[in-house]
Parts: sequence; structure tokens; C-alpha cells
Amino acid sequence: MDYAEAVRSGNRLALARLLTLVENGDPEGRKAMDALFPYTGQAHLIGVTGSPGTGKSSLVNQLALAYRRPTAGAAARRVAIVAVDPSSPFSGGALLGDRVRMRDLSGDPGIFIRSMASRGTVGGLARATAAVVQVLDAAGYEIILVETVGAGQSEVDIARLAHTTLVVEAPGLGDDIQASKAGILEIADILVVNKGDRPGVESTERFLRNMLEIAHPEMQDEAGNETGSGNKKTGWIPPILRTVATRNSGIQQVLEAIENHKAYLQSSGEWQRRDRDRLLFELNAILRDQLYARWRQSLPEGAYNHAIDLLMERKQSIYSILEALLQYHA
Amino acid sequence: MDRKIRVLIAKPGLDGHDRGAKVVARALRDAGMEVIYTGLRQTPEMVAEAALQEDVDAVGLSILSGAHMALVPRIMELLRANGQENVHVFVGGIIPEEDVPALLNLGVRAVYGPGTSTSKVAEELETWVLGKQPE
Repeated sequence: MDYAEAVRSGNRLALARLLTLVENGDPEGRKAMDALFPYTGQAHLIGVTGSPGTGKSSLVNQLALAYRRPTAGAAARRVAIVAVDPSSPFSGGALLGDRVRMRDLSGDPGIFIRSMASRGTVGGLARATAAVVQVLDAAGYEIILVETVGAGQSEVDIARLAHTTLVVEAPGLGDDIQASKAGILEIADILVVNKGDRPGVESTERFLRNMLEIAHPEMQDEAGNETGSGNKKTGWIPPILRTVATRNSGIQQVLEAIENHKAYLQSSGEWQRRDRDRLLFELNAILRDQLYARWRQSLPEGAYNHAIDLLMERKQSIYSILEALLQYHA
Repeated sequence: MDRKIRVLIAKPGLDGHDRGAKVVARALRDAGMEVIYTGLRQTPEMVAEAALQEDVDAVGLSILSGAHMALVPRIMELLRANGQENVHVFVGGIIPEEDVPALLNLGVRAVYGPGTSTSKVAEELETWVLGKQPE
């Protein structure tokens, strides 16, 4: 089967199979990706991340539904969803349950949902997520929603992959100390406080606003009044939006914020810069993997174990062993 | 190449008892498989669509409502129509003994009643998938 051609012509089975090949690092998948690569770079990649239980899947569900409704200004968009869940570090297996919250989306040929296991990768995504997203992009999905593993403070890879990153919070999960930790909140282009009908929502919003004001002092004018997130002077300030995803409340505002962010990226040149960063990051990651794999293959049998023995006997240091091991590189 | 067995565990029909489905899903995960769990009250169309998008090797159907003779043929038909005739389908739940031959005739690989050990399910699944002819 010519996967690239079948995927371009809208064959969903071919698309699903190609995603598997790409996920497994199969050479046939790489061949198809070569042919598909010129068609990538079209989709708006939207990352959705946040702690477990904040309602990421429900939010993705509602966003997808909203994108499927034609509006006065725009036709319905084709939507792909990539939902990443963690693999068990013990068995290597995974329970991928994000579809449970996305049952409203079934039966719509304009939507394609794919679950992915993280397969041992930390950072909130799987190693092959970027490649899977590229295939969906080339397949003509205009909006690609990438839902990360329920993330804590270091799962920030999504910001490198996505054009627009939504960080989803919920009331009662963290205090202001949590919110001022580096990492996940810093990558937010849009902050969503989901479960906004729960008690404590105001204080969650206040914490987030305080955090943003520290990062963006221009949010307050000289009198100390909030100037809001519409301040265009210094670039993008993440808006804080309240939603109740299970009741479809606040979703339209999130959609508008995503569109505003896209317009900002395009008018500021940030869109190209992010594209460059993403491709550079991917190339680096693949290069690192390949160089390591080739070097490992060029090692004579037993050289590695011998090196470990020398280390354990404290006969050589890690750096001196390193020099010796690197000699093998063909 | 890092191949994982991908299984869809689905609960078609209207009964609300998903404990069995969850136990099997967990056991298959612990056997190293990637299990896509879709939750309760799936129509045959939803099951087939998820099986397609997720490119699964196998589909496990948990049915306790007694509607298996309506649901399973429809799901088999949809899988075939989507080009997924090679997907291994197994059924668990409350299935009367006399219905088992008919289900197997439809192409169902196995019917697991209450009390089946989960390791048996995992082992058989592995045999079907890894022993299957390359397409």
C-alpha cells in the first residue's frame, strides 16, 4: 500500500495504520513520512496540559465539538485529537482512557481521535507524538489537539510541539506556592480554570493572576490597576478563562482566545520562530537517538560491560572511560 | 522496532456493569499491552470507529445485557466493512452456552465466561496477534 497517497486521499484505515508504523519506528512509516512532509506545517497545533483530574479530556471534547460547528466567519474545521496517557514502567503496558470523555465525537468523519501511550518517555508526550502529529497535519486535519499525560511541573515538552498551549487548572488543587513554581505555568499561552462551578475558583484565579503579574509587570498601570490581558504593547499575556467543560460553559471564550493567540503568533513572526524551534528540537532528538544507536552498534562485544566493571572497581573514572568508549565510534 | 499489542476493550449495549471490562483492561495492561478503554454504552458504530482510529490488533467486548446476538454480528460486519477483518474479536460477560457456537461461527476468536482467568485471556491474545500472518 502507498500509505502517503492513501492518507492524502482521505483513507482512514491507511491513516490509522500509518500512525502505528510511525509510532513503532517502522522503516515503512519513515518512507511515507518523507512523502508527506511537504504537506505538513498547515495545521494549528494546540496543546492541552495540566494536572490529572483537571478535566483535560472533557475540555478537548468540547473544543472539538466547537470547532466542528460552522460559524459566521468560518467553516467547520477538521479536527484530530492525540491523547497521550502514561505507560506502566513495570509492564510497559498502558490503559488509554481518554476516549471515555470523548464519546460525543463519535460518528463524525471530520474528527479523528488517536490514543498514544507515553512508552517510557517523560515530558508528557511520547517520543513519536511529534511524528504522529505531522502525519495528521499532512492528512489535512486543520486543528490538532494534543492532550498530554496528566502533568505536574516538568512535563513541558508540549510547549515545544504546539503553537498554542492551554494549561488547565481546577479549583482546590494547588496553592500559590505551587502556582509560582517554574515549568508548567510558564509554558501557558492560555490558562483555563476548569470546573469553574466548584468552590475556590476565585482564589485559584487570583493565584494565577498574581503569578502572571509577577511575570508581566506591565499588566498593571502606574496606579496599580489591572490593565488586563489585552495589553498589546509587550506581546502576549496569557488570558485566564473560566470553564465548566462538562456543561459546555466558557468554551467559546477559549476558542476565541486560541484564535487571538494564532493571530498574535502570525503577526509577530512568532509562528515561524516556533516552527523553526520545533523542527530543530525534533531534529536534535532524532540525531541524538541515531548517533547513540550507531555508536552502540560499533562497540565490540563486551566493551560496555568491561567499562562498567572498571568503574565498579574504581580503576577508572567515568570521564576517562568515556574517552575510551568514544574511540570506538566509526 | 517497538511493537505493542493494541487492544480495544468496549462495552456495547445498555447494561451499566463495567467491572469485568475494567478488570480485563487492567490485566492486559499488566501483560504489557496498550489497552484503549472507551467506557459504557457504546453503539456498534462507536466500537468499530474506535477500533479503526486506534488501529487495534484485537477488540474485547463485554456484554452482560443479553443483547450479544444483536450486537456482536453488527460489530463484526462493521469491522469487515472498514477493512479490519483481521482484528481478533473476543467476547466476555454473560453468554449462554448455547450461543457460543453461533458467535464463534461469526468469526469471534473466543468467548470468556465468568471465572476465566485474566492470564488466560492475555496469553491467548498474544498467540493470536503474534502468530498472525503478515498482511
